[in-house]
Amino acid sequence: MKLTLRVWRQKNAGAEGAMSTYEVDDISPDMSFLEMLDVLNEQLILSGEDPVAFDHDCREGICGACSLVINGDAHGPERTTTCQLHMRSFKDGDTIDIEPWRASAFPVVKDLVVDRSSFDRIIQAGGYITAPTGSAPEAHATPVPKPDADFAFEHAECIGCGACVAACPNGAAMLFTSAKINHLNVLPQGAPERETRVLDMVAQMDEEGFGGCTLAGECATACPKGIPLMSITSMNKEWLRATRRASKR
Amino acid sequence: MARTVWGSTVGKKTVMAVSGLIMLLYLVVHMIGNLKIFFGAGEFNHYAHWLRTLGEPFMHYEWTLWLVRVVLVIAVVAHAVSAYQLSRRDIRARPSKYVHSKPRASYATRTMRWGGIILGLFIVWHILDLTTGTVHSGFQPGHPYQNVVDTFSTWYGNVIYIVAMLALGLHVRHGFWSAAQTLGVGSRARDRALKTVANVLALLLTAGFIAVPVGVMTGVVS
Ligand code: HEM
Ligand code: SF4
Ligand code: FES
Repeated sequence: MKLTLRVWRQKNAGAEGAMSTYEVDDISPDMSFLEMLDVLNEQLILSGEDPVAFDHDCREGICGACSLVINGDAHGPERTTTCQLHMRSFKDGDTIDIEPWRASAFPVVKDLVVDRSSFDRIIQAGGYITAPTGSAPEAHATPVPKPDADFAFEHAECIGCGACVAACPNGAAMLFTSAKINHLNVLPQGAPERETRVLDMVAQMDEEGFGGCTLAGECATACPKGIPLMSITSMNKEWLRATRRASKR
Repeated sequence: MARTVWGSTVGKKTVMAVSGLIMLLYLVVHMIGNLKIFFGAGEFNHYAHWLRTLGEPFMHYEWTLWLVRVVLVIAVVAHAVSAYQLSRRDIRARPSKYVHSKPRASYATRTMRWGGIILGLFIVWHILDLTTGTVHSGFQPGHPYQNVVDTFSTWYGNVIYIVAMLALGLHVRHGFWSAAQTLGVGSRARDRALKTVANVLALLLTAGFIAVPVGVMTGVVS
């Protein structure tokens, strides 16, 4: 395949960026999108240019490091991560636009790499349980009803990639935050911090400068892990419950 | 608690949902009341007078009406201020657009802000036109039937009203369902039902309100 790539290039956080156009040839439809970018970078290095910076780690769809808005879609046209997107989703001769996640809480570091540490701070605000760690406890020591376990697992699938923020017209982090809160709040292990968790994580989310939810639903469409839009509804319910309870103390 | 609610995006959205639902409830009642115009001047004017005596003898003449007005003003102001503040925040959170961008969310979702502004302006015009009569030449206090016929005998009266009611339908379509999510009462099992209720409410409100100018235009009401 022969492709024209229009890639966002930006030297550093302070620099002005712009789209640059490159041609790549001999791309196999079996390559992943990131392997295609590797080909581009080899080409750039050989011609003495700066390679395109992009985030990646596991390349198997589980770590959440890869990003990229491809032709206006976070993680591209398929419902998967960029690393699991294959070039067969494109046609020979296509022009592909590649941009970084866009949100003021995700500032661009270089080219296609953005700083997602705002997500880390939301987790630090309450996305954990306070329990002594050590060897794994006996699985049946704490019974969890099946529907709750399913609900927790569905939300635990979030890999923290940030596609939801990138896709949201308001740069909101509601889907990510709700996935993390719901995952723990439904489980007995998460119960002791059920109220502080939702209040603190939502407060941190606001603090980081993410936008608010207008229920446009773009986040859930973009999410490679299929976190449902209704996850936000559950978080709102938890937040209202916690707010009512806090006011009674 | 008030500080937590007003200081949070989730809380401010709750204020929007509650104030929106209060206005929605009022609009349903208002729309049904308006349909009495099809039963003649006597019945319509009598209904308008009854509104003022509502709650008597416990309430004094017009007290109930003023109570409703105060609640509505609070709802409109709370709704508009939260909408403004949240929208400002949303725009700041996503300052740069994608080079490759496409419209996605449904029309009703994308037009909440502009639709809301249209509704806000309409509310002001509507009160000056049919409540106070400030912008209504030949306004006759105490003769609502005649005033309504008057307004809908002008082309601009019809245009303003019909455009606003179409905007209302779109706003309610996304708004009602949104409010259910904001208040945490939506669920997968209820989603179809909520969307259906939103659509039916939107359609009934728009059709019910527009029936009045159409009635005057076609001479059914005169
Ligand atoms: C003063 C004029 C108005 C303005 C400026 C306004 C603006 C807005 C905005 C910006 C939103 C949020 C949009 C979004 O989530 O995408 C909204 C939501 C809503 N509006 Fe309005 N609106 C107005 C009047 C009304 C009226 C008259 C009603 C009554 C039917 C109403 C009912 C609602 C409801 C129920 C919501 C959903 C709240 C939520 O998402 O939780 N609004 N409005
Ligand atoms: S909710 Fe989905 S899109 Fe958002 S961070 Fe988690 S996995 Fe990524
Ligand atoms: S590189 Fe780990 S999810 Fe894509």
